[in-house]
Amino acid sequence: MLHMHAIDKAYPGVQALRGVDLTLHSGEVLALLGENGAGKSTLIKILAGAFLPDRGRIAIDGKPVTIRDPLDARRAGIAVIYQEFNLVPTLPVVDNLFLGQEQTRFGWLRRGSEVSAARALFARLGVAVDPWALCRDLSIAQQQIVEIARALSHEARILVMDEPTATLTPTEVEKLFAVIRELKTHGIGIIYISHRLDEIDTIADRVMVLRDGELVGVKQKSEVQRDDLIEMMVGRRLDQEFPARHQKIGMPCLAVEHLSRGSKVRDVSFTLHRGEVLALTGLVGSGRTETARILFGADRPDAGTITLHGQRLNLRGPRDAIAAGICLLSEDRKNHGLILNESVRTNFGLPNLGVFSWLGYLRQRIERAAIQQYVRSLSIKVPSTETPAYHLSGGNQQKVVLAKWLQANSEVILFDEPTRGIDVGAKVEIYQLINALAEQGKAILMISSELEEVLGMADRILVMHEGRITGEIADVKNATQPQIMRLAVR
Amino acid sequence: MVSLMLTRFFSDYGMLLVLLLLCALLSAATIAEQHPSGAAAAEQLAGAIIAQTPAGAHVAIIARDGDDDRAFTATLQTQLTTANRKIVAQVNGQPHHGARALQDLAGAGVKIDVIAVTKEAGAWAIFDDFAQENPLSKDAQRLRPESYYWPNFLKASNLVNVADQTAIIAIMAIGMTMVILAGGIDLSVGSLLALSAVLSALLIREVGGGRDASPFVMIVFCVLAIFACALVGLGTGLLVTWFRVPAFIVTLGVMLQARGLAEKLTGGESVFGLPDAFTWLGRDSTLGFLPNSVVLMIVLYAIAHFVMAQTVLGRYIYAVGGNSEAARLSGVPVRRVIVGVYVVSALLAGVGGIIIASQLQTGAPTYGSMYELYVIAAVVVGGTSLSGGEGKILGTLIGAFLIAVIRNGMNLLDLKSWDQTIVLGSIIILAVLFDRAKHLGWLRWRSLQ
Repeated sequence: MLHMHAIDKAYPGVQALRGVDLTLHSGEVLALLGENGAGKSTLIKILAGAFLPDRGRIAIDGKPVTIRDPLDARRAGIAVIYQEFNLVPTLPVVDNLFLGQEQTRFGWLRRGSEVSAARALFARLGVAVDPWALCRDLSIAQQQIVEIARALSHEARILVMDEPTATLTPTEVEKLFAVIRELKTHGIGIIYISHRLDEIDTIADRVMVLRDGELVGVKQKSEVQRDDLIEMMVGRRLDQEFPARHQKIGMPCLAVEHLSRGSKVRDVSFTLHRGEVLALTGLVGSGRTETARILFGADRPDAGTITLHGQRLNLRGPRDAIAAGICLLSEDRKNHGLILNESVRTNFGLPNLGVFSWLGYLRQRIERAAIQQYVRSLSIKVPSTETPAYHLSGGNQQKVVLAKWLQANSEVILFDEPTRGIDVGAKVEIYQLINALAEQGKAILMISSELEEVLGMADRILVMHEGRITGEIADVKNATQPQIMRLAVR
Repeated sequence: MVSLMLTRFFSDYGMLLVLLLLCALLSAATIAEQHPSGAAAAEQLAGAIIAQTPAGAHVAIIARDGDDDRAFTATLQTQLTTANRKIVAQVNGQPHHGARALQDLAGAGVKIDVIAVTKEAGAWAIFDDFAQENPLSKDAQRLRPESYYWPNFLKASNLVNVADQTAIIAIMAIGMTMVILAGGIDLSVGSLLALSAVLSALLIREVGGGRDASPFVMIVFCVLAIFACALVGLGTGLLVTWFRVPAFIVTLGVMLQARGLAEKLTGGESVFGLPDAFTWLGRDSTLGFLPNSVVLMIVLYAIAHFVMAQTVLGRYIYAVGGNSEAARLSGVPVRRVIVGVYVVSALLAGVGGIIIASQLQTGAPTYGSMYELYVIAAVVVGGTSLSGGEGKILGTLIGAFLIAVIRNGMNLLDLKSWDQTIVLGSIIILAVLFDRAKHLGWLRWRSLQ
């Protein structure tokens, strides 16, 4: 149905795509794999009309098409669902569905017919969404369904989904897959981008792998194993996804008792030891991030105590937590972890200016020497320490945040989804760093939704559900994903 | 590498180029015939006389009365005497004074080689029959200062004038730049300027002894007035941080309150009766030709540039404006930084009030209306992004000069005041468009990664 042939695209200084071919049949799911920077986004953006390719042809049903802008893409029957949705939060679902193509008579909205059309679309997808609900009141999964329904209302035949499950819970992922299977029966071709290989096992018909802007290969899913895919993506075989760690669990370090905040965190108690990686898992929204934010002083608890090395902490803000040696690597690096248009060095220095200044005067030479040391020891790939943070890949951004906290002498490190949006090769590096930190005696709390990561990395697992800790798994070696999932959903 | 540095320089200080271009254009547009007068004219003419006459030549100087012409005759007399030319007559007065002096010389049989006149005196009718009435001196040359062409814009007096007009806006714009960089806005600065002017003037007149107030007393009261403004800024900052009221609303309220308070304190009248020494800051030039207010501006910019580039506070201001949540989670004392920038902004508005009161030797509650907008315009034109986190303090100085130069140029070119307002408005919009274009470029850049 869709053919992209010999697509080239160069940005100043980078050849983003080199002679890439893509074929999509109707009614199939083509998984598009590749590390960050492999060219997936560029390929999608060419399809969406954000860029014109330098060379190459695009044809739909054998007819050549030119996609100059998003409107051309829509006319060609292409719809792209990005990770950030294009919905107006303050408008009801029905208005969002028909935004830009309202059904009108003499300039008056025909809301009644719009609403019945909306119901028909949702029925076709086999989901129940209230057309009158405001989009901001919907869950992420529901908003995604609205996006898909909108694509259908444009009569899209080619649907591109960019990491659609990144923020969904396992149940929601199942529902999404049901919708995707439904779309397939209607002859819609789907290009599915994801970092989660197990999802690709489940949903994809064919797999296409890009590396450094070139097509590495297209395989029927039945022909390939996970390890082959990883090898195709990174160009080498990873011996182990989760590197081994020399366990050396020490004294209790951080004790949390009866912590509560609103309905998100209810009576949470646990102890974290030195040299331990404690995983905190559960569904998105189960209160894991909220718990970590309280420990970091970003939010204040309604009740409960936090004790560090036997001393009770009264955290009035992140400054107090940092001073006590607690740090948080937020799941939302772009909004909470880094100031994107400031340099790597500035971001690194922010919590550490007490050391890097004298009577308020910045000693930038010392600061530069310190960050350069971390650039080497954490192998952060940056052209210079003056590069703005937005230039960096997710893995390198994560390392900059880590460098900042290591410099601040953090003893307790709270990782919230440490590998979200980070490609496979860099993930292993992050795991190695976490191991190294644990071996140095740091106490690590790792929040993660990826159960494989939890099972592969943790010494102990805590599972949360609706703000409460519903279970602890000490025997990680013999734990299974279903075991965790049973605690997480109850 | 060099080209990268150039690109970066122009993206940071591109407005400097615009400013220089504008100055060049204005210079070209305001070229006019300049008639030197006073001491400058005398120096030029003395040179010409010395070149054209031998030593011992007799010179008669004739000019009108008045300060300028007296300076002319005095300077000419000194310079010619030093060069061994003999001054046989020196007249400052009406044409008949000049005629009488010439007749006296003829009667005494003194030969005149040169008659040095100003442009105006040279046109007097008394010289029409000079050769007949003074046969002895019939070969005497009549010399006057030569006119020349020079842009009105580039005259030293005009440039100092521009700098003088810039000083107040530019000083207030330092604080505004910090506020905007930290992601806020301050509409109250124009009113705070009036409050500070009125407060200092009232204190000096009512408490400090009016015209007899000593410099020490004046300084103390000026500092008090500035301190009062800083207190208002502290209140603004606390409202913005602790009660999370949008800065636009808080400072709008403070703007009205401060203006009202200034009017209430004076009953709506101007406060006169200040000592002459009070004008030291606004009118004097202690260090040569630069007015003291301009020197103060330069010093404050040097300090501000240092603070923004080399200190923890500067780093924190950029961080808070770039992403306040990320800054907070990095341990930056976000609230203290925000309160700090409002205090600095209000304090510098207070300094502006002292300068304007000093310039006019008066404190009036009407001072500084619309100044907040000129100040914001200077910051924005200087390349600081209204969304915070991006901008340079020296860019603001360039922005303030750009606006002052444009206003000055429009005056020189005789534009009507309403046309001037329209042009200023357009320039602000253009500057913001420029900022948007830069921002879009940045986004496009980022999407490539």
